[in-house]
Amino acid sequence: MSAVVDGLAWAAIGLGVFVCFSGAFGLLRFPDFYSRLHAAGVTDTLGAGLVLLGLMLQAGWSLAAAKLALILLFAWVSGPTASHVLARAARHDGLEPWTGAEGRRR
Amino acid sequence: MRGLLSTVAALIVLWLVNSGHYTPLLLGLGAVSVLLVAFLAGRMAAVDGVWPDGPPLWRVPGYLVWLLGQIVAANLDVLRRIWRGPASLSPRLVELPLSMRSEWAQALYANSITLTPGTVTVDIGGGRLLVHALSEGAAAGLADGAMARRVQSLER
Repeated sequence: MSAVVDGLAWAAIGLGVFVCFSGAFGLLRFPDFYSRLHAAGVTDTLGAGLVLLGLMLQAGWSLAAAKLALILLFAWVSGPTASHVLARAARHDGLEPWTGAEGRRR
Repeated sequence: MRGLLSTVAALIVLWLVNSGHYTPLLLGLGAVSVLLVAFLAGRMAAVDGVWPDGPPLWRVPGYLVWLLGQIVAANLDVLRRIWRGPASLSPRLVELPLSMRSEWAQALYANSITLTPGTVTVDIGGGRLLVHALSEGAAAGLADGAMARRVQSLER
């Protein structure tokens, strides 16, 4: 494999690790259930996407790359489905979203 | 019939990509699996009364490329807010009109909203969507209707 592709692959994986870490950080830092869902979404979409893109570059044109693309496809379908179900359950349970005022006073 | 054929075609591709072994035994097992799953899907479609429908396949890549751009942009926005802290948030619940007619288009729209960070579909019904947005900008981006128009154009 050429050094350029190798470098791109590691750049994508490194960026992906940073994005996943940021998502986890936001999950802890954000104020309420609903806003934390958005932080988790960052890890699910761009974080997973960049790591898998890096792995696809490492794999080259092969069956392994096609399988990695399938993993990404399924993650991008099941992730939002789970997020939606969680948000809907919280709403049905009567959980009101945080709107800012209270959090700023603290 | 079109639903059954596309289900079988998608399952065959899925098996071939994931297997990687093209011996008679494994291809035979694949054929049995595909037929079994297609049979089960047919039973579920019989309960629903219809086969699940979808957009014309040749239009899907264009939408996916556009959606990918939206996802990256939305991710950068949420990433910035994560590092700035909760003071940069202005979360709100917004209602959106649901202008698509077909069920698959409504599902695609709701899932696209949830897939872009910063907006999550909370509830659907009565021709409306309830969406939780992380910021004023994210809510305004949806209200402007670009995504709804894109999904609607897949219907035609």
